[in-house]
Amino acid sequence: MNINATMLGQIISFAIFVWFCLKFVWPPLIAAMEERKVKIADGLDAADRAMRDLQLAQDKVVDQLKEAKQDAAVIIDEAKKRAGQIVEESKDKAREEGERLIVAAQAEIEQQSNRAREELRSQVATLAIAGAEKILERSVDDADNRALVDQLAAQL
Amino acid sequence: MASETITSEEYISHHLTNLTYGQHHDGSWGLAHSAQEAAEMGFWAVNVDTFGFSLLLGVLFMFVFRMVAKAPTTGVPGGLQNFVEMIVEFVDDNVKGMFHHKNNMIAPLGLTIFVWVLLMNIMDLIPIDFLPEAGKLLGIHFLKVVPSTDVNITMGMALSVFILVLYYSIKQKGIGGFAAELSLHPFGKWGLPVNLFLEIVNLLAKPISLGLRLFGNMYAGEMIFILIALLPFWAQWALSVPWAIFHILIIVLQAFIFMVLTIVYMAMAYDEDH
Repeated sequence: MNINATMLGQIISFAIFVWFCLKFVWPPLIAAMEERKVKIADGLDAADRAMRDLQLAQDKVVDQLKEAKQDAAVIIDEAKKRAGQIVEESKDKAREEGERLIVAAQAEIEQQSNRAREELRSQVATLAIAGAEKILERSVDDADNRALVDQLAAQL
Repeated sequence: MASETITSEEYISHHLTNLTYGQHHDGSWGLAHSAQEAAEMGFWAVNVDTFGFSLLLGVLFMFVFRMVAKAPTTGVPGGLQNFVEMIVEFVDDNVKGMFHHKNNMIAPLGLTIFVWVLLMNIMDLIPIDFLPEAGKLLGIHFLKVVPSTDVNITMGMALSVFILVLYYSIKQKGIGGFAAELSLHPFGKWGLPVNLFLEIVNLLAKPISLGLRLFGNMYAGEMIFILIALLPFWAQWALSVPWAIFHILIIVLQAFIFMVLTIVYMAMAYDEDH
């Protein structure tokens, strides 16, 4: 149990070890730990932000869904209205068409009957003249008679 | 493990003798062959065993920590880095809690003291005869394997701390300020001689208590292990196991106390009033 130069050796080696630790051990370790601390803090921040973003996105999705449903309802309503309109319109058109056809047919009929009447009238005059010629068995002035018969025919 | 050929007294004194290298009586240099011879070598001798293990452990500590510090990952740390960072953070927390000035040296100083002293103390848990008997096979007569049971080692560290305390006291307060601190407390300038005496005792008590506390604790623990080793081999475990388990606490505690007191002394060197 003697005090001897071991103490000096210990002092010197202690100084060297402290210096080594101060230069080459402590700073890189502390730097790495600090950096990790910052990294973790950033990571937690990012996670928080992401959670908030997610919440916002979900809210947005719900909103958009609601909007889309409303839009769809409006579109369906309009489509139904439009369909009704189209049906109404085509009904109207069909009715008009029918009426038009009836009018045309009536006009045709009128025309046909007029023409038949005209023809009948002209043939009646010829027939009457021929009949009268046969009855009288003589030639009469054709021009005089025609005026007479035309008069007669006009009275038909 | 007391063999039949040597007495208990011889066994104990053998375990308490350092392997000392120094100058013999006749002027030649060499290893001392007895405690008597070692004592006669005077100051200029070296305890090869304790100093060697102390250096070995210091180098081991620096090697392991440097290995981690060379390429520390900032991502998820592996096992060794995790372990090293745990210790570093522990020391850093302690320093931040006790030392509130700007000095980049305190934390590495604390780390070096804590880990180195801890490693030196842990040598105490190696079975007491294991390394000395192995040394005997290699022709080494004496081998004390626990550096912190050598007062030279503990006082060497305590004196280093003391030198730092003096250096920073003077650097921080100036020679005048430091002298005033030593001479004007606690009784004012009229009690100057008494103040000086009290303060110098107070100042010197720091390194002495620091070094002797560690030495005393480890020496006593070692002594108990030696005494337990005198029991018959089949009975030793009944005492040595509980003592070793208890000693784990002392080992860590003493390393921690040495570090904390160093930080406190350094903080006191910086503080204006104490």
